Amino acid sequence: MFYREAGDFKISYTQDNQTFPIRFDRYRYYAVMIFAFAVVPFLINDYWANAIMLPFLIYAIAAIGLNILTGYCGQVSLGTGGFMAVGAYACYKLMTAFPDVSMFIHVLLAGGITALVGVLFGLPSLRIKGFYLAVATLAAQFFLVWLFNRVPWFYNYSASGQINAPERDVFGIIITGPNAPAWATYLFCLIFLTLCALIARNLTRGTVGRKWMAIRDMDIAAEIIGVNPLKAKMTAFAVSSFFVGISGALFFAVYLGAVEVGEVFGIQKSFLVLFMVIIGGLGSIFGSFAGAAFLVLLPVVLKVVGADMLGWPTDIVAHLQLVIVGALIIVFLIMEPHGLAQLWRVAKEKLRLWPFPH
Amino acid sequence: MKMKLTTLALGALMAAGPVMADLVFPSLSYRTGPYAAGGIPFADGYADYFTMLNERDGGIGGEPIRLVECETGYNTEKGVECYESTKGEGALVYQPLSTGITYQLIPKATADGIPIHTMGYGRTSAANGNVFSNVFNYPANYWNGASGVVNYLLESNGGDINGKKIALVYHNSAYGKEPIRTLEELSKKHGFELKALPVDHPGQEQKSQWLQIRRDRPDYVVIWGWGVMNQVAVQEAANIRFPMENFIGVWWSGAEHDVLSAGDAANGYKAITFHNVGSDFPVFDDIKKHVVDAGKAAGAGDQVGTVLYNRGLYAAMLAAEAVKTAQDMHGVTDITPQQMRDGMEALEITEEKMAALGMPNFGPSFKVSCENHGGPGLVGVNQWDAASKTWSLISDFKPTDGEVIGALVAEDSGAYAAENKIEPNC
Repeated sequence: MFYREAGDFKISYTQDNQTFPIRFDRYRYYAVMIFAFAVVPFLINDYWANAIMLPFLIYAIAAIGLNILTGYCGQVSLGTGGFMAVGAYACYKLMTAFPDVSMFIHVLLAGGITALVGVLFGLPSLRIKGFYLAVATLAAQFFLVWLFNRVPWFYNYSASGQINAPERDVFGIIITGPNAPAWATYLFCLIFLTLCALIARNLTRGTVGRKWMAIRDMDIAAEIIGVNPLKAKMTAFAVSSFFVGISGALFFAVYLGAVEVGEVFGIQKSFLVLFMVIIGGLGSIFGSFAGAAFLVLLPVVLKVVGADMLGWPTDIVAHLQLVIVGALIIVFLIMEPHGLAQLWRVAKEKLRLWPFPH
Repeated sequence: MKMKLTTLALGALMAAGPVMADLVFPSLSYRTGPYAAGGIPFADGYADYFTMLNERDGGIGGEPIRLVECETGYNTEKGVECYESTKGEGALVYQPLSTGITYQLIPKATADGIPIHTMGYGRTSAANGNVFSNVFNYPANYWNGASGVVNYLLESNGGDINGKKIALVYHNSAYGKEPIRTLEELSKKHGFELKALPVDHPGQEQKSQWLQIRRDRPDYVVIWGWGVMNQVAVQEAANIRFPMENFIGVWWSGAEHDVLSAGDAANGYKAITFHNVGSDFPVFDDIKKHVVDAGKAAGAGDQVGTVLYNRGLYAAMLAAEAVKTAQDMHGVTDITPQQMRDGMEALEITEEKMAALGMPNFGPSFKVSCENHGGPGLVGVNQWDAASKTWSLISDFKPTDGEVIGALVAEDSGAYAAENKIEPNC
């Protein structure tokens, strides 16, 4: 009824090819953008920023990155945590070496460095596939964490091996450190997320993305029709690692402020981001958002409902959370392998036909 | 993106939480995960002492105490969430029992004006109150611990450990790395040979480290472990028949649950400590009467009197005494976090005070000052008796190498102050 294409005429190719071809979708998108950029910054406080919005925004960037590699190009990666660590340590080294440069540039450069590292560890993907590639990226994960633990240069020879984000700004507004206002950190991450999502969306529906998908669907066939697997796989690793590196830099500098590599960027982080991508939906940008939101919010909601409102013992709630997340992953894999994004798609289909389904 | 609406609804829900006028103590505990074995008794002791004060005295200075427990799982991200969700309730002091979370909270809590008390853990150089205005680590810190171990070895070797080999098995994290620098300095000073062997989180994989120990045959093994890592290490040491009396743990590697699983083989294992052990103190009668028998004990209530329970109790006692000090200083009973900080900085613990609290000789007597947030750093040694399943103090609380530690504290805190442009506080 209110959600339909009837009367929504396209008179040019540009209009026909836009991201949100349905008018209602488009307006909803504008509304969300205005709300996120113009309303939330005025409402946000420390708790909302640090406990919910920042992890959501940063994990969403990481999930988009992994989704490009795994969902679009079909290369399974378990090295996300390690690549996030590269982003974090690159950002730390840049922040401490060039204190006067804007944080914006540091984060982008950290992404670029991670992209290079990602390409390096992506090289084996030309020879190995599937599970074997997963194991190769797992090696990257363990190697990188070991490296950052082992070489004191990376943590500037601090006694504890921890890295701490000093206070840095963008145009005079403090972004990192304890005195950064909640709205500034939120907006900073939101800008990066918006840029990443736009780039990812446009890459995946252009030539590059189609090549990735061709490789994913059947690499031999793709090679026969003229897709260069070297280029396609390496670009996928580069773009994916770029996003993951940005998320790692933000995770360390803006969100946590102090990081211990083994604990924060361990193998659990790789799995967490992979679960986000699987629950959200492989090969979908919206899925990355949905998956990140789901896995960031679920523990918080369970904690608020279980421990704060119902007054259950905190350990029971924590254990219950493991049970629920585990059960949900199994349910999703069985009932809806394409994740939350597919649920959303189905819901939209239903809405288009409503109230007169066939 | 629809998720944002849900988050907003949730926010309205949480913003509506009540704010009451009482003394709020957040307990960032962990009762789950690989470190729960240590987290549970500490959290129970911390909670039980405050419950006892509430039941027996009606709180502190007539102000009721509210303990807000938040599960961190020893995870820094959850620690941040816990900090942000509890700080708005008027939290007086944070004791996260995790060096990782402490590093996270130091700048945040300092900016928010809330004190942190990291007793025997956290950032060691926070002992310099001139730089770390809101962080306290009295009565002892890691570097005191490292020096305490070396002093004990000196003592048992007639003052000379030149040429001895000491292996340090440490948790490969900020926590485990803290003592290395001090031990390196001390090895230069006393001429012993130090070999550091890292064990990765969570610490169940130690076969290669102990193989190396079997090959190198060090004279002593020092362990800086936590959680499941301790039990594994004690068992591995038993497996290679390493003499237990030459195996010394830091205070976080010296609780009942760490040695019980190895059975008789753990007999003679030692660990340093900064407070007394056992339940032979009058305060435990009050806890039994007002808390345990009343069915108000935290957790399962089966930890009373264990080493880490006592440590939780001791932490709570120091916090309560700081509140009393702050109440006297400012003449109000419902103190703010800022006043709590002042109270902690003016805290004085004497023998008489501890005896009056039913905890005679439970810990050292000390006085905190603006410059020194670290206390006296007195370290004693405990030994495990597998037959009677008890820890007992075999070496009394003795001073540590202040010269070496003081220089390191000045260096590390100075670097932090320069990096963050901190003005001297005193």
